[in-house]
This record gives sequence, structure tokens and C-alpha cells, in this order.
Amino acid sequence: MTTSHPSSSHKPIEQLTSVAIRFAGDSGDGMQITGSKFTDETALFGNDLSTFPDFPAEIRAPAGTMAGVSGFQIHFSSQDIHTPADRPDVLIAFNPAALRGNANDVRPGGMIIINIDAFNQKSLTRAGYTSDPLPALRERYKLIEVPFTTLNRDALQGLDLSSREIDRCKNFFALGVLCWLYGRPMEATERWLATKFKGEILEGNVRTLRAGHAFGETTELFPASFVVPAAKIQPGTYRNITGNQAIAWGIVAAGVQMERDVFFGAYPITPASDVLHEVARYRHFGVKTFQAEDEIAAVSSSIGAAFAGQLAVTVSSGPGFVLKQEALGLAVMTELPLVAINVQRAGPSTGSPTKTEQGDLLSTLFGRHSQSPLPILAASTPGDCFYTTLEAFKLAVKYMTPVCVLSDGYIANSSEPWMIPDVDALERNPVRFAEPVEVGTFKPYSRDPQTLARPWAIPGTPGLEHRIGGLTKQDQTGNVSYDAENHGKMIALRKAKIENIANDLPPVEVDGPEKGELLVVGWGGTKGAITAAVEAARADGLSVSQIHLRHLNPFPTNLGDVLRRFKKVLLPELTDGHLALLLRAKYLVDVQSLSKIIGQPFKVSELVEAIRKIHGA
Amino acid sequence: MAAPAVKVTAKDFTSDQDVRWCPGCGDYSILANVQRVMPELGVPRENVVFVSGIGCSSRFPYYMNTYGFHTIHGRAPAFATGIKASRPELSVWIVTGDGDGLSIGGNHLIHTIRRNVDTQILLFNNRIYGLTKGQYSPTSQMGLKTKSTPQGSIDHPLDPIAFALGCGATFIARTIDVDAKHMQEILTRAHQHKGTAFIEILQNCPVFNDGIWEEMQDRKTRATSTIVLEQGQPLVFGTPDARKGIVLKNGEPTVIDLAAGDDPIAKGVVVHDERAKTASYAGMLATLQRPDFPMPVGVFRAVEKATYEDMLQSQVDSAIKQRGKGDLKALLHSGDTWQI
Repeated sequence: MTTSHPSSSHKPIEQLTSVAIRFAGDSGDGMQITGSKFTDETALFGNDLSTFPDFPAEIRAPAGTMAGVSGFQIHFSSQDIHTPADRPDVLIAFNPAALRGNANDVRPGGMIIINIDAFNQKSLTRAGYTSDPLPALRERYKLIEVPFTTLNRDALQGLDLSSREIDRCKNFFALGVLCWLYGRPMEATERWLATKFKGEILEGNVRTLRAGHAFGETTELFPASFVVPAAKIQPGTYRNITGNQAIAWGIVAAGVQMERDVFFGAYPITPASDVLHEVARYRHFGVKTFQAEDEIAAVSSSIGAAFAGQLAVTVSSGPGFVLKQEALGLAVMTELPLVAINVQRAGPSTGSPTKTEQGDLLSTLFGRHSQSPLPILAASTPGDCFYTTLEAFKLAVKYMTPVCVLSDGYIANSSEPWMIPDVDALERNPVRFAEPVEVGTFKPYSRDPQTLARPWAIPGTPGLEHRIGGLTKQDQTGNVSYDAENHGKMIALRKAKIENIANDLPPVEVDGPEKGELLVVGWGGTKGAITAAVEAARADGLSVSQIHLRHLNPFPTNLGDVLRRFKKVLLPELTDGHLALLLRAKYLVDVQSLSKIIGQPFKVSELVEAIRKIHGA
Repeated sequence: MAAPAVKVTAKDFTSDQDVRWCPGCGDYSILANVQRVMPELGVPRENVVFVSGIGCSSRFPYYMNTYGFHTIHGRAPAFATGIKASRPELSVWIVTGDGDGLSIGGNHLIHTIRRNVDTQILLFNNRIYGLTKGQYSPTSQMGLKTKSTPQGSIDHPLDPIAFALGCGATFIARTIDVDAKHMQEILTRAHQHKGTAFIEILQNCPVFNDGIWEEMQDRKTRATSTIVLEQGQPLVFGTPDARKGIVLKNGEPTVIDLAAGDDPIAKGVVVHDERAKTASYAGMLATLQRPDFPMPVGVFRAVEKATYEDMLQSQVDSAIKQRGKGDLKALLHSGDTWQI
């Protein structure tokens, strides 16, 4: 299907540096689809961008209620940006509940586009409004009332579709309007529609998309359109990627780079399930996904596969991850390579499944009984999830240890343009197993002098028959041992093995002055917000340095030195000071913790404020 | 692997570790029989993996000179599933007990059996928790007084055979720790079966539940307390001068006396069919419990069904056939991309 859109509008075009738009509607209104299609178009247009889907845990809460409001925010720019923006410039609200839940977030003076057809006494009441909110909004915002439902119905007249099917197309009418308003190409959306639908439904969606575009051009509701020029970013081939997709591709890539098949045991859980869905599509890479009966079976089957010589991985989220802790302890004891990924969500308990948090650092470090050390990595951006996952596999196999990776609900579902790596330039680490030896001479708990890793001896290898398990192992032989001295020795050996990994890690690199007034430390998915805040504070003339940690256990060897070079250290975390506690304990540095635990990512403005405050500015 | 030149014996399957079960434990006999059967199965030692959970029985892998994994409480079937699904050529054996398999690990047993992962599950049933020193288990009889049930257990016991049937097991058998010949036959059949082979082994715990299976273990009483299931043979038991048979009256199993010259089949005695179309016949057998009935030993059910690991592998193979071996570069560039 090809199409051309008249670009020669008679309306003026205003140039902007960046815009943030939020789409909000009922969870059945297709807000996530509308937002992600606008994102794809924006990516193809060449802007830098960052997105933030925010949706309820309920699949379809009662229509028109606050509980059912689903939102998708996109921030795009002609410059380098790091976050989906604190406040949208534009809100598209499909019903009164979406308006009520989001209007206060809009930048004062910003634009609010509402589907006026959805506004009546009944829907206003259902959303919790006791009076008509529109007059007050007209004072504070550019309120644009578009009869999306009616316009969509008019556009689709004559198609052999039920009225329900017709109404379900209206989000694409709105998308068409937005595409005109910001000069986005629509070809990618039309191509996508052609892969998703056929017949009258396809025709309906395409027709209403184009009708929306034409409406934008001709209506007097919009006096001008806007252009956000393409960003100047590093040359390369780009694509849009979410954190979960990047983890999935990191898993597949690990199998290719390490020349070994992958086994992925998982149990469905929000917000991690998409990783399973994505990897399940890649059986032709030799990847075996296994939807287990529970979280424990998911990790246990993966450890079994690791024993059998596969690249083993399990992915879950908070409540599921804690169920895996006992099995992770066994992987520590048996020193088998395993990658265990936790896409953190807001807790405790079931908490807020679709909301983000960084609350699992301490439980990942200390959540198993006794001394049970393992490396912990944290991914900082959607694209970084790919590299963090790859590194986790590399460390797991090199050091024969389970490795935990922390992602979070925010970067899991957010997207950003990602420069596709040159596959040929990615590090190749073919797996090497223990070789057959003479019967009776094999020592399953002998160690590589450099890495302290034990050999990976897999079933099927003659002469290497051996037994492992959770009982304390005798050094070298791996036989069950109740010897007190040996017990202490093995505890120390496992600890030394993990601590030694620090020597394999790149030193922390400081962004900004190497020493001075203030160092802002971050880890995981807060990187975008912290980077944007640090840049803003510097623009205000403040001296601020920044480090962002991927390696949370062990820490890079120079971390203590770096921390001590600054008068003040600020550590923003979406949890109650987990990393701050660790840094204070380990390095005796007066780290000031900035915690936020409301299920939402940091806003740049609140971080800038914290930086200014600590600076005394 | 080429077949070994020298004859492999039970000794080759015996590890150098001291066996540490209590004197008189039924586990010794089971271990000896497994080690004796192994050389006959024709699987190279390096391709055999024993996986266990936690409990007395779960120490089993340490004593086998094969690959072995002593895992965590109740989860052995999940570990075994990961091993078998990723390496279908391995011979994977799960050793568990009534507490490990049916209590803390019940969920994994259900799903491993349901998926028909080609493993042998040896469930040592002594109707008690041994390693934690004598609490009642899910198979303990009502009223059993233990340390945790001083007034007697008020749990209705679970029957392992009925449990396995409910999970859709394709092979179900029962044998007795002291009956070496029978156990070896059953172990061999279980290994030959393609799919999950579930074996309940009546095992005596001399310390915490001694004599629980005595009637079945004792050669003097075995003829009347057990009924040996043999394919195509009528369900006859008892001593030669006091033969009895099982008939169905209104669908209910009933014991009848057989006179010296009686043809059991003519008398309506049920003929054993381990390949019965539905599981209802095996379900009837599972209800035969002491003291009203003899306890069946042998193969309750043996039917064919596709195995999990075969179907998984065939999905991989067909994906490669349809799409070609995965190309990472193509994957990363799939969908919409753009050049800067």
C-alpha cells in the first residue's frame, strides 16, 4: 500500500526543539498502540526520543472509570534527550477519566485535545467530576475539542463494519491528526496496519488515519502545525527498542556469541512476561523457552539445563524473583552458570504490578540464607538492557556463577532509538567445557587459578561423572563434607571468587569534573532522569559530576576513590536508599540518599531541585 | 560413544562414597537393584543423570557413579525437566520420597508427569518424614501418631498411584523394596518406556515407621496381601489352595473365592490390561487397598504419548527448517530501522 500525504499546508509551521505528548484513554481505547505508532514514525523521522507507557494492572477496568485509564507519553527532540519529560506539552484525552487523571500534569499553557463526543453528564460523573471541568481548563490551557467519534464514523461510512468495529478505529483518526500537527510520516503505520489487519478493518483504519491527517490540515481548530527537526545523533543504523525487547535480544545474542544453545525457564509475570513472549519466537536460534508451572520450576529447570551444559536464563519480577532465591542459593553452592533477570516492579507483595521501583537491590544481594554471594548488574536504559544481558552471560560462564540482572518496569516498557550494534564487532566467547579425563581423576571443585571458577563438566562426557548438590562440598572433590575447616574454606573461596570479578570490570568513569563539589551517583533505570538533571544543573552554572553504576556486586575497584574525591555525594534511587546504604557501609562516605517510592520514575525537575538544594544554590 | 569393551557391572555404577542410610533401611535394597539393573540397560554411564530433592531417598545420587544432582526440597522434577528438555539423549532418573514428591514438590510432580517428560520417577514411599526425624507425611494413614501429630494425624492420605493417574501418567507401576526380581523388572520396563515412568516403591523406614508395609514385604503373607499385575492375566491372588480373584460388581471391585478347578476368566475375574484405552481401569486398581483388597504390584498403566522434549526439539527443528538457522544481524535489523 502506498500513499502520499499533501505536505503543502497553507497553515504556518512553527519550529520547536522538543515536544512531549501524552495519549490517555480507556485501557481498551488503544492508547498504547497509538503511542507506539507515533513513536515509530518519530523514530523514522530522525528525532531523539524517549517514551513512557503507564497503564493499569487491570486488563479492562470498567469503561470510563479512573481505574481504567491507560497512558503513553512520548518526548521527542532535535537534541539529545534522556527522559520522557516531566510534563507533557500536549495531552490527548479520549474521555473525562483520562482528562481528570492527566490534565494537572500538562505544562501550564500547554495543549489539551479532548474527544468532545465522549463528554456528557454521565461520563463526567463516572470519571468523578461533579461539575463541568472544561471552562476552568480553557483558562489554563489551549483546549481543543475534537469530535473524534463522529469524525471517525463519518470517515468510515459505507464500510461493511459494525458500529463497534468502526468506533474502535477512532484512535487512528486521532493519530492522523497528530501526524499532521507534528509533520510525521505515516507510511510506517500504514505498513504496520497492513501486517495486522486485512479487508474492511484494514481499510477502515487506513482511511480514518488519512482522514485525521486531512482534518488537521483543514480544520480551524489548529491554526498552525509544528516541526521538530531531526536530531544530530551519532551516525549509524537505528531502531526503536524497549528494555524488555533488548533483554530478549541479548539472550538470543548470547547464544550466538557463545556458540551454545539457550534454555530459558520462565513463569508469566508483569512486567517481565514480554521477554518470554519475544524469546519464544526465536526457536530457530536453537533457543528453548519453557513456561514452567511456577517461578521455582522456572529457575530450577534453568539450573538443570545449566548442569546439562546450556546457556541458562530465567526472567521474572519482584514477587516471582523472591520465590527463586532458594534455587539461586543452590546455583551459588553448585557454582553453575545462570543468568537471573529481575524486571523490578513496585511492591511489597503484589504491590503495583505495572509501576516501577528499584526496591530489590538488597534482596538480590542478601535475600538468600547464609553467605550466598553472586554478581549483580543493573541495566540503565532500554538499549543498555541488551549489553547488560550479554555481559551477565559472559560473567556467569567465565566465573561459573549465577548472575543477577536488575531491570525495572520503567525501562522495560519505555523505548528509545538504539544504534544497532555491528554484530561482527560483538565479543565472541565460545563456551568451553571440561575435557574427558581418566576415570577417577576428575575434580569437579578444582579451580582455575585466575578466575577461581570450577570446571563446567557436562553429562555425556566420559570420565567426568560427578555428583553435585546443596550440601557443603569438600574442596577439590566436591564430595559431601561435614568438616568444619573445609566449610569455612569453601565459604571464603566462593566469596573470593565473586570479589575477584571486580578486577575484570572497567573502572567507573566520571562524567564532569574528576573531583569537586558534588557527585551524583545512580544505578539502573534512573540514568536518563539523572543525566538530564545534571545537564540542566550545569547549564545553571553548578558544578556537578555524575557516575552511573552497572556493577552493583562487586563494585568497580576505583569506586571508593571516586566517591571520596567529592565534598558531597547525592544518590537518587526509586527505593529506600538501598545503594546509599551499601556505599555508606562499604566506603564510609556520607552519601545523601534521595528516595522516591510512588511507582513512578524521577522527574528531571525534582532532581534538579535536589541538586540545587545540596549545592545551597 | 562406542560400547565399552569390558563388561559393565553394578560395581561400575557404584560411587566411592560411603552409604549413610540407617541400618535396615529399605533404600539399601533399592540402591542395590538400581545398580544391578543399570548395566543391563545399555546406556553409557556418562549419559545417565540421577536427580533428587531433599530427604533420605534424595541422597541416592551420591551413591551412583553417574552424573548426579542433589537439588532442593521437592524441585527435582523441575531440574530434571530442564536437563531432559535441553539434552534429550540423556537418561534422566528422579529419586524422591512421599514428602519430597507429594508434599512440598507436588506441583512439580504434577506438571512433569502431565508433560510426559521422558524420565523415570522413583518415589520411595515410607509414609513418614525420615530425615526430619519422624513427622507424618502426605501418605501417612489417618490417626498416625507422630511427633507433630501427638493426637494422631487428621489428614486424609494421598495415594501416589491415583495421583499419577490424575496427572495423566503414561507409565505407572508399584514395586516393593525387598522384592529384588520384581523391582528389577519394573525398573527395566520404566527405562524402556518413552515418557514419564512413575514408580511407587513401597519402602520401609525401620526407625520412624517400621513395618508399615510388612504384609507386602513378608514372603509368607505376600501372596494374599498383594496381587501381581501381569499383562493379559486375570487378577488372581492368594495361595494355590485358596485362590481368589477380583471381579466387578456394578462397577465396584469385589473379591471372590476361586475353587481348585475354576477358570478365573469364566468366573468373571478381570483380565489385566495395562494398555486400557481410558485410565478408569487403572483407577479401579488404585483403589485396591489393604485390608479389604490385596495391594496391586506391577505395571498399572503403560500407554504411548508424545514426550515433551521430543515436541520441543521438533519445534526447534521445524523453526530452523522454515526460517533457516537464526541470523543475529537479520534479527537486530528486523522491522523499521533508519540511517543517520
